[in-house]
Amino acid sequence: MGEDEELQMCQRCQQKPAHVHFSKVINGEKSDRYLCDDCAREEGAFHLMLGPQFTVQQVLGGLIGQAGLPTSRSMGSGRTCPACGYTYREFAESGRLGCDRCYEAFKDELSPLILRLHGRAEHRGKLPRRGAQHLAEVRELERLRQQMADAIQREAFEEAAQIRDQIRRMTGGEAK
Amino acid sequence: MTLGFSQWMNGRGPEGEIVLSSRIRLARNLAGFPFPHRMNDAQGQAMLAKVEEAFHQVEPGWDLHFRRLESLSPLERELLMEKHLVSPLLIQNPIRYEGAALDDRESISVMVNEEDHLRIQVLLPGLQLEEAWQAANRLDDTLEQTLDIAYDESRGYLTAWPTNLGTGLRASVMLHLPALVMTRQASQVFTTLAQVGIVVRGLYGEGSEALGNIFQISNQVSLGLTEEELVHNLTVVAQQIVGREQSARQHLAANAALALADRVGRSWGILTNARVMTSDEALRLLSDVQLGLDLNLLEGPLPCTFPQLTLMTRPAFLQVEAGRELSPGERDQIRASTLRRHLLGKN
Repeated sequence: MGEDEELQMCQRCQQKPAHVHFSKVINGEKSDRYLCDDCAREEGAFHLMLGPQFTVQQVLGGLIGQAGLPTSRSMGSGRTCPACGYTYREFAESGRLGCDRCYEAFKDELSPLILRLHGRAEHRGKLPRRGAQHLAEVRELERLRQQMADAIQREAFEEAAQIRDQIRRMTGGEAK
Repeated sequence: MTLGFSQWMNGRGPEGEIVLSSRIRLARNLAGFPFPHRMNDAQGQAMLAKVEEAFHQVEPGWDLHFRRLESLSPLERELLMEKHLVSPLLIQNPIRYEGAALDDRESISVMVNEEDHLRIQVLLPGLQLEEAWQAANRLDDTLEQTLDIAYDESRGYLTAWPTNLGTGLRASVMLHLPALVMTRQASQVFTTLAQVGIVVRGLYGEGSEALGNIFQISNQVSLGLTEEELVHNLTVVAQQIVGREQSARQHLAANAALALADRVGRSWGILTNARVMTSDEALRLLSDVQLGLDLNLLEGPLPCTFPQLTLMTRPAFLQVEAGRELSPGERDQIRASTLRRHLLGKN
């Protein structure tokens, strides 16, 4: 910092002298920011929070096959995805998959990772309508069975019987 | 694509004083093709042809127009990014098989071959995550009629990063939070959000800074909850932050009225008189002016909205408007005059 800048006030709070100088060049556009210690610390906190080093994706590679997870780097290291040829090593280093079939190829290593990322690991959202007809039926049956159980709980036996008939129609006779 | 502003920027949505926009993004991949980072040339071309065909099949009512990114100039690509229609990552060189389908309102955009084959996005003003989800869901249903989408019954939609697995849904809202920053509550609020699985980013997403006190918050988890639950959760969190920002604004108005009016007035003075202005300075001053308008410390309404003014500070917007490339020095001058003209309604 040059001597002529000693009187520069903090650009953020305009109250204290600036001791920190941020200089940044993005696409040839240079911007300077002069801050006092307090404001620099505060903005620094934002920078850390917003910075790329804190995104989950960047630490994913590190998470795979590390201590604490029930897999090790050596365990799957020789494996490759039969569909796209992606190696386990490439996956472990980047945290990214090569194709949709990699999910099957690296299933064992992925399970604890997915659990760590998402907690509960079962999908409950929508699925493509084409092809996912079977699952839609399974979910509908689940829903009806729950409804039937609720009805029985409430001693609404007539309602329960209706739901049972509906389930029978869907399953071809089996209500359990 | 159109020059100038996106049509949705003209209006103000629900909670529009604090929530600038809402966005839903769905990540989808085609079965049988490697993810974009692994495609060879033949696969890339074949995949693009399939997707282009699928966009042709979409009903005309959607008004979607697909463009390969290579057909746009670097400045046009950057403008799409500045309008939040594509991500910084999509326009990163080298351009290979990237593309984008946009509607005329520039509310819908489908990024092709970013990290996933498709990223369906719907952008609406104000807090309208529910509406954005419904539109994105319908477009997803439409595209799925002609494209074989990769999925697994227990894992949901399969994505290049396991972080997007399941619903492939990311809901996000753009928030203007000057009072939380001024009262030094912002970092505490964001720390709390991180603990409940909400990610905070800057104006242009991952790794970008919170310029102009504008923050983007979004869900981290995408698996295990339904789309409706994810959308509802983020809506509730956004409403809570809006409440915090509102009470911080009231607190400032009640306890620091003179300092606040002084700051707003100074910012207005600089914006309407300066002849040279960097984008960072412009965003900082515009944030003050917007706060001043919201608190009736300045006479409004302005002839343009906050999202429009924000866009006006961006380098590609200024250069596309000028019709030529500008040096950083020229940009600072044109930025100052453009803002002056628009703020004073002399356009």
